[in-house]
Amino acid sequence: MKWWLPQASNSAAETDHLLWGLVLLSFAVLALVFGLMFRYIVKYRAGSGLDRGAVAKKSWIFEITWTAATLLIFFGLFVWGADLYVRLFETPKNALKIYVIAKQWMWKTEHVGGQREINALHVPVGIPIELVMTSEDVIHDFSVPAFRIKHDVLPDRYETLSFTANRPGTYELYCTQFCGLDHSKMVGEVVVLPQPQFQAWLEQNGTGDTLAAAGRILFTRFGCGGCHGSNATGSEIESTVRAPSLAGLYGSPVPLSNGTVTIADERYLHDSIVAPEQQIVAGYAPIMPSFAGQLGEEDLLQLVAYIKSLASERPQ
Amino acid sequence: MSMGMTDMVKISDGAAEGSYLTDGWTLRSWLLSTDHKRIALLYLGSITFFFFIGGAAAALVRLNLIVPEGLLGSAEAYNRLFTMHGVIMVWFFLVPAVPVTLGNFLIPLMLGARDLAFPRLNLFTWYLFITGGAITLWALFVGGVDTGWTFYTPLSTTYSQGHVVLAAVGIFISGFASIATGLNFIVSIHRLRAPGLTWYRMPVFLWSIYSLSVLLVLATPVLAITLLLLALERLFHIGVFDPAIGGDPLLFQHLFWFYSHPAVYIMILPGFGVVSEIIPTFSRKSIFGYKFVVWASVSIAVISFFVWGHHMFVAGTSVYSAVLFSILSYLVAVPSAIKVFNWLGTMHKGFVRFDAPMLYALGFIGLFTIGGLTGLWVAALAADVHLTQTYFVVAHFHYIMVGGMVSAFFGGLHFWWPKITGRMYPEMWARVAALIMFIGFNITFFPQFILGLLGMPRRYFSYSPDFQVLNVLSSAGASVLASAYLLPLAYLTWSLFHGERAPANPWGATGLEWQTTSPPPTVNFVEIPVVTEGPYAYPPPETVHQQNV
Repeated sequence: MKWWLPQASNSAAETDHLLWGLVLLSFAVLALVFGLMFRYIVKYRAGSGLDRGAVAKKSWIFEITWTAATLLIFFGLFVWGADLYVRLFETPKNALKIYVIAKQWMWKTEHVGGQREINALHVPVGIPIELVMTSEDVIHDFSVPAFRIKHDVLPDRYETLSFTANRPGTYELYCTQFCGLDHSKMVGEVVVLPQPQFQAWLEQNGTGDTLAAAGRILFTRFGCGGCHGSNATGSEIESTVRAPSLAGLYGSPVPLSNGTVTIADERYLHDSIVAPEQQIVAGYAPIMPSFAGQLGEEDLLQLVAYIKSLASERPQ
Repeated sequence: MSMGMTDMVKISDGAAEGSYLTDGWTLRSWLLSTDHKRIALLYLGSITFFFFIGGAAAALVRLNLIVPEGLLGSAEAYNRLFTMHGVIMVWFFLVPAVPVTLGNFLIPLMLGARDLAFPRLNLFTWYLFITGGAITLWALFVGGVDTGWTFYTPLSTTYSQGHVVLAAVGIFISGFASIATGLNFIVSIHRLRAPGLTWYRMPVFLWSIYSLSVLLVLATPVLAITLLLLALERLFHIGVFDPAIGGDPLLFQHLFWFYSHPAVYIMILPGFGVVSEIIPTFSRKSIFGYKFVVWASVSIAVISFFVWGHHMFVAGTSVYSAVLFSILSYLVAVPSAIKVFNWLGTMHKGFVRFDAPMLYALGFIGLFTIGGLTGLWVAALAADVHLTQTYFVVAHFHYIMVGGMVSAFFGGLHFWWPKITGRMYPEMWARVAALIMFIGFNITFFPQFILGLLGMPRRYFSYSPDFQVLNVLSSAGASVLASAYLLPLAYLTWSLFHGERAPANPWGATGLEWQTTSPPPTVNFVEIPVVTEGPYAYPPPETVHQQNV
């Protein structure tokens, strides 16, 4: 039996301060309530001959007092919890992206360099990590108690979860959103390595293509270049159909046919492949077929990684 | 508790001349009765049955968790068991428990009326309820459902192998029983108050029932719509919830919690009502801050519609909505806190007696306070990120639902047992049961707070051996708790035949229900009473003391 969780992320200590604050407050209120209750039921038990005297008349003074006190304490807790939560959701700009794909009943993780893991995730200590997570089927939840974080992993969406591990070690990873038969087997481990060891680990496991290189192969195989091809993509085929160029697309604003402008982030690229009809680029005809069902989430990640790699080719 | 038809016929053997129990001896006179008191007993038998089915499922769940690898040997069986436990307990015990039994029995008596506004509708709701219950039970027994009681999509719509649609149909049907019952109660309270019974002369119990009835009428249709969409999606793939066919799984969660959070208050508000009757009675003193207590109930009912998003802090909704739902969740906790202080204020300078109903009420205050305080933990956003979906949440809502609500239900059942049956229960046994229930409950659920803090996820068939000690402790507590629930089943049944005859007002309580005989005649009041003063008109403590001297 382990009786305490390690504080293995930068935010864990702050979350624990909040939890300790709640422990103290709860015990103080419990002591007050149980104290008053026992005092009253003993002192004012029917059998005691105590003179009750006059009962306080102006009960609203008490009511206003304890309502106001309760409100004030609750507001303090709200601010404390919300402040930390909002900061948890801020992703540092230089965060290292790692991709997580959940499926019944396993975790697959992929590093930018193409390193893949099953039910495990290796991360370096001290470097902010941004997990980009999606699910192949139902809703799962990526939970690491030692980091005091968790977030649902949804099908057809990229959800992100950021943390900075601060203590080398191996920590439990759980799926905490009930996902069917072997929900309780959907566990793994997060291995936090010192930075040199992490680099060594990446090199040892980096035998395959990078994500972007794998994506380029898919890009060719599915004939994406037939429409989106251009000199900028490095494709030798000139596009015969008029479709938006993908060079320099990632991270740039995209004017849509409905008059709005969206930023071409990972989610936009993902959705444009599986549901292209939903966001049409202004000035283009809605002719792209959906690739939903033909491409798994892993393929999509690789394709998105490839398209992202074209960002540097943005025309100046 | 647990009265079969034959039992009920027998108890009426020696009951007071002309009581509702002696008014007809045939099965038909029960099954087609429009008397709210007989319907209340039909409901009492039904929910007792469901309580023990749901309890048996819980016992097997706790049994499985004694060993880390899972004693039952089958994750499939385990998943179906905890789903069954949740579905039965929420929809077929907790939501109806107090309103359809004590509420049904007491509302007309407290109003000084002869029956509810729509007696035949009342009987019809019982048939809807048992039809829905039978269908859901059938679904759970012919193969079960493996989604958890929350039916999250797309697991429930696309991936689950269980009888999701059948279970949903049962819940859907029983939902209409809820809606009709709520409507009946609202109309009765508006239209059937005795002469002189103004709103502010109504007992707190009626205000609580009124508040929860509004919730039943407004929230349950949303559940019905949600389940309908769920079934249509599962059967015809219409693409509302499953993203693979163009739906949004979060939409389901929004709809589901838009019902299910108010449902939490549907479950706990009647508990507030019961406790607010018991404490003044056994303190011989008017409730402290009557208007604050009744308006606290009303404001809980209103605010509870705006807090559903706090079930989704890690679900992928926006950060801003989480912040908003967090502060609203703190707001809804304020009226609950007010009530606890008012109950304490009621005992202050009272003449406190420790009859069994009061012990249950004191247990309610203690356990509800713990449940409420841990609610502050999960409303604090960053703390919730760590605690949600773990055993902490399981412990938190069981403190409210079982520690709070079930304690209040037993308190109310003992308090009004003499009125309902015309018999006294054995006081000593009842006090022992109340005590064991409190102790067993804490041994069962307190360790789960620690398990949650240590990160143990809920709904796990097998778990890390690190968590075994606390799980064994929790299961041990569950066996104590189970025996505490069997005790009232035994001694209350015994009292039906051998209990001392109850006088009209054994507790010396105020309230119109105590002014008629125990058990009441079919017409409730031979002469409709006229109300001339507020509820809980106990003599001021200082005058009582002088009289004692």
